[in-house]
Amino acid sequence: MEVLRIATAGSVDDGKSTLIGRLLYETNSITTDKLEAIHKASQRKGIDFVDLSLLTDGLIAEREQGITIDVAHIYFQTPRRKFIIADSPGHVEYTRNMITGASHADVSVILVDARHGILEQTHRHYYIAHLLQIPQVIVCVNKMDLIGYEEEKFRAIEQKFTEFAGKIKSQKQQIQFIPISSLYGQNITTRSDKMNWFKGSSLLDVLESLEVHPNESHAQARFPVQYIIRPRTDQYHDFRGYAGRVASGYFKEGDAVTILPSQRTSTINKIYQYDQAIPHANTKQSVVITLTDDVDVSRGDMIVKTGEEPTLLKELQADLCWLNNEPMTGSKTYLLQSGTSLSKAKITGVDFIKIPSTLEQVSATTIKMNEIARVKIKTAKSIPADAYDNNPSNGSFILIDEYSNNTVAVGFVS
Amino acid sequence: MKKEFPRDLEDEAIYILREAAAQFERPAILFSGGKDSITLVRLAQKAFYPGKIPFPLLHIDTGHNFPETIVFRDWLVQTTGVDMIVGYVQEDIDAGRVTEEKGKFASRNTLQTVTLLRMIEEQKFDACLGGARRDEEKARAKERIFSVRDEFGQWDAKNQRPELFDFLNGRIKPGENVRVFPISNWTELDVWNYIREEELAIPSIYFTHEREVVVRDGVLWPISDFIYRDADEEVVRKNVRFRTVGDMSCTAALASEANTLDTIIDEIISATLSERGTRLDDKRAEAAMELRKVSGYF
Repeated sequence: MEVLRIATAGSVDDGKSTLIGRLLYETNSITTDKLEAIHKASQRKGIDFVDLSLLTDGLIAEREQGITIDVAHIYFQTPRRKFIIADSPGHVEYTRNMITGASHADVSVILVDARHGILEQTHRHYYIAHLLQIPQVIVCVNKMDLIGYEEEKFRAIEQKFTEFAGKIKSQKQQIQFIPISSLYGQNITTRSDKMNWFKGSSLLDVLESLEVHPNESHAQARFPVQYIIRPRTDQYHDFRGYAGRVASGYFKEGDAVTILPSQRTSTINKIYQYDQAIPHANTKQSVVITLTDDVDVSRGDMIVKTGEEPTLLKELQADLCWLNNEPMTGSKTYLLQSGTSLSKAKITGVDFIKIPSTLEQVSATTIKMNEIARVKIKTAKSIPADAYDNNPSNGSFILIDEYSNNTVAVGFVS
Repeated sequence: MKKEFPRDLEDEAIYILREAAAQFERPAILFSGGKDSITLVRLAQKAFYPGKIPFPLLHIDTGHNFPETIVFRDWLVQTTGVDMIVGYVQEDIDAGRVTEEKGKFASRNTLQTVTLLRMIEEQKFDACLGGARRDEEKARAKERIFSVRDEFGQWDAKNQRPELFDFLNGRIKPGENVRVFPISNWTELDVWNYIREEELAIPSIYFTHEREVVVRDGVLWPISDFIYRDADEEVVRKNVRFRTVGDMSCTAALASEANTLDTIIDEIISATLSERGTRLDDKRAEAAMELRKVSGYF
């Protein structure tokens, strides 16, 4: 059974909580005691409907203020698939949480209120889906009930969205539009009988049939080494296995491989999953690889197929989203983690800051929390990274502050 | 509903276990004898095979265990050869570090946090791997996979380290520690389907058996030396099983005839009560779990 990871962003007013509540409700994923608990909590708050956001706003501070601060994870399952929703806050001051939620997503669900059309925050939500190259975007035009289920208004929103997305959209990304009413369950899990003019499928149907991580599976093979397994027991005296999870592409027995950054070469002897030798390892599989030669391989190295090596970079250009309260400091040394490899790094220049809602480029010398900038970075070690556009799973990195140990930024190699 | 485990989740959990082994000097697996920690042990076996599991199990013993769980624990240690360290809540009570709750709803559940933090300090653990899952409870739904705790074991929910893509940043200062949750993204159903597909052994109390209980506010409390009983409360014998395994003083039973993994899974699929609906420790307040986590619970 496959797992599809979904990112949603938006505020309570968009009807995001109602949409998630609807999906859970119509797939029988909410138990009676949980419904009763939020029913009671809604009454205590003095509201006369069941506030489904109470289901996902798990922290005291969130319920107090009626806002989503951090990403919540929601799970449901149908006979066809398991779904994980990363439900993220939608406001500009939580851009970093939106990116965090979206970084795991196979599909981004963007909500638009049919009455208000495209807003500033719609632009930002799409920009993030674009920045992260999320392969599938589903735009749900919600509250169709409030505009009389009219096709014309839906088409106008569809056209306007397509227009601004068209300025930046990559060819690999697919965008679909669905007119829905979360409140009345129209086009959520079953096709609406109120909008016969819409020939597409319901949201759940679409979610059940999307391809899972297509870009990673078709990309070049990358295997960041996590851990070396050397049992040193009598039975496995000479066993030396390289444990990791295939980041992209696939490997098979007998493949000629190159170890990076050392550039030594060898051949894959066996691929193990627990005690079974398997003929090939696919994207996202956790395996142990053994090589035919006794070459030097340690955590932080990357095994790739010979002939498919990424360029080793010591200077790179990247889009960076700053995640920390403390702004970027130009002369400071950070730790850059790409795959499992860590290197000291410096930001040597800020080209511009991008305003997601208008796509404007503004010049700057520092980067503050939630800002997205194009930067130049210099690293101490060679980094075997790909351009994010070509291979998302080997094209991102994080920056860590050596003193606070915090993850302060996420980057996408240009 | 199909009874099939999504294998993607096993790959993810193994990845997380290996990150923990690579990034920390002295991690331990928190082992309660429940289905989630049994699953973790299996995943750890797979992650490091043919090597041994590179960390010990840590059991925080409240002294209010189901005897069946302890029998199971000792059997597992013997058959897997993994190291086991036990921290006793009784020692903290005897030393006066904690005071036992009194009354009808007394439980040692909250006391175990103090023992856990003491063991972390004594044993110099820098990471504890737990079987907590995000679908269990709404505060847990907000938890990171690598959750950094300060010197007092506290969780700062509003200021968590961002966790992007597969990057797990476990860098900490001396005295801090990290709670690691490899099966964060699994649901209760996933765990049961995994146990079924992997043919894992579990304690007998997960299956139906006859037991003495009292019915209190519609909840079936198992009779033991550890719970207080009013004179007018009637003891009845019922066919029950347990859906989660905690202390005898905070885990309620479920009327059930399920005697196989298949029937347990059928029961969960059609259940109208959530998993932690039988956990009395969660019923104390709306934010009971968040408050316990803030003070160092896992």
